[in-house]
Amino acid sequence: MIYVPETIKSAFSALALNKIRTFLTMLGVIIGVFSVVSLVAVVQGFENYITDQFDALGSNLILVTPGIGEGQDPSRAFMGNKLSLKNIDAINLYVGDKISAVTPSVRIAKTAEYKTKTYASTVVGGTYQSYSIYGLETESGTYYTKSDDSKKANVAFISSDVKKELFGDRNPLGEKIKIENTSFEVVGVAKPKGGTFDDRIFIPDTTLKTAFNVEVLSSIAVKAKEGQDPEELMREIKVALLKDMRVDDFSVVTQKDVLSSIDQILGVLSSALAAVAGISLLVGGIGIMNIMLVSVTERTQEIGLRKALGATSKNIGRQFLTEAVVISIGGGVVGLLLGYLATLAVSSFIRATIPWWAVVLAMGFSIFVGIVFGTYPALSAGKKDPIEALRFE
Amino acid sequence: MTPILQAQNVSKIYDMGTTKIEALLGVDIEIGRGEFVAIVGKSGSGKSTLMHILGLLDTPTEGEVILNGINTKGMSEKQLAQVRNSEIGFVFQSFNLLQRTTVLDNVILPLKYSSVPSSEWEKKAKEMIEIVGLQDRLKNKSNELSGGQKQRVAIARAMVNDPSMILADEPTGNLDTKTGEEIINNFLKLNSQGKTIVLVTHDDELAQIAQRKIILKDGCVVK
Repeated sequence: MIYVPETIKSAFSALALNKIRTFLTMLGVIIGVFSVVSLVAVVQGFENYITDQFDALGSNLILVTPGIGEGQDPSRAFMGNKLSLKNIDAINLYVGDKISAVTPSVRIAKTAEYKTKTYASTVVGGTYQSYSIYGLETESGTYYTKSDDSKKANVAFISSDVKKELFGDRNPLGEKIKIENTSFEVVGVAKPKGGTFDDRIFIPDTTLKTAFNVEVLSSIAVKAKEGQDPEELMREIKVALLKDMRVDDFSVVTQKDVLSSIDQILGVLSSALAAVAGISLLVGGIGIMNIMLVSVTERTQEIGLRKALGATSKNIGRQFLTEAVVISIGGGVVGLLLGYLATLAVSSFIRATIPWWAVVLAMGFSIFVGIVFGTYPALSAGKKDPIEALRFE
Repeated sequence: MTPILQAQNVSKIYDMGTTKIEALLGVDIEIGRGEFVAIVGKSGSGKSTLMHILGLLDTPTEGEVILNGINTKGMSEKQLAQVRNSEIGFVFQSFNLLQRTTVLDNVILPLKYSSVPSSEWEKKAKEMIEIVGLQDRLKNKSNELSGGQKQRVAIARAMVNDPSMILADEPTGNLDTKTGEEIINNFLKLNSQGKTIVLVTHDDELAQIAQRKIILKDGCVVK
């Protein structure tokens, strides 16, 4: 009796006879699976990145960002930025009792220097309250205080990566770092938080405005008190801001809104990528069918011989189908492996992960492709008349 | 002498639409156990068709073939494959070995379609390879062998399932005279050990070595 392991073994030896051809046939599936896996992993990486960011911020955060009213040109959001400190006063006035903290946020990319070392960082300006809003934790030293805010003190609270890059193992407290000709005294170091939070330098917003001549706010972050409904508070903030601004000068969003809209975008992106990758797998499948048909013709005499020696049509069909499936599974495994290596390669930029469903999908689809595109050649192999096949030269 | 193979009133007619080609007409053959029979005929005499029918690769339009007491008429494709596997050993003119496959694997091939458990395949195949004297070429690929060696592998392959008869179609046709003689000697040796051999050939001289000749002409047995 010819058992499954034996069929697989003979499929391997048949495929080994034409190594280059087998590899080229596999390549279609390899590329298909590789693209499914690595694209999904990268999209997953973006999702991880964004979730990390928001997890770091905490759930009861409301953001006021400039512009983008309905149907507006998004570029106006930056050009016509009307967010100002006046808006913060309005928020304090109207909903002050419902919020635990509010801070303007001004972000600029700057290079920090300490002695000979430099580090490209994001300088974030905010009030002393930004500490609790961003959910920061202190490794050593302290955050800057309310009086630092009002005095426009040149003080900085640095994140873990900034400390590591500029100071190494040295104690940075009391040391001066230089950002664009202005010196800042390091007053505290944050615990590592993950994501882009770890490359930041926090300074009072008042200091930032004077030192770097920045007028507008990047955003306003409001932290709701425990037990407040963020949705409700969001509406009240909107009303408060409408005293000074028109409806399309700003938008108020909760973290949930941002997350769900990003999820939506990533969802569409994933499906589009999956469709493209699916097409490449399909093309790979056609390649398999093409080569299997060539192989059936080439091996007509072998088919005749096997039949003469006692093989049934089913035996022959199964043999060719197994070869097709071995090619597609082999391609799937190699593609998966390459996809995994690709995620490792980009892991220093983005926390890309391969979700289990992508592995199942890619492997399932490659087996499916092997079966679907291997069936027709297998049937035509099985159908060959042994006499005709033996005569075939 | 119990017949091992009987062809009773076998006809094969190819229907070509307007004309009918009668390749075989009412052929009656009986081959006894342990006989060495040559089926001789010129090209076009119907000997290939007869060989295919006796080898159960083809079915007659009329008549029946009884092999080792089994009437093969009306058998399914699967049943015919089984009977071919266990009862008939084929030797072809062009050897028909699997290319770039070892001698051992070539001889194992019929066992893969038999009921013999895979643990015994190698042992059985090696025994047969030893009988044809190729034990030192077990791991050689078929394309590394000479013509005569190839045909000896084919004989070992034909013998490995211990069939009721060996059906050899022009087995020396692709070989030089000397090598051809060696192959014939192999058949004679097997025959002397009791194996039934049916040799199909156009070569009258070669047919002389058989105990009995069946001569075909225009689809009929003339002698």
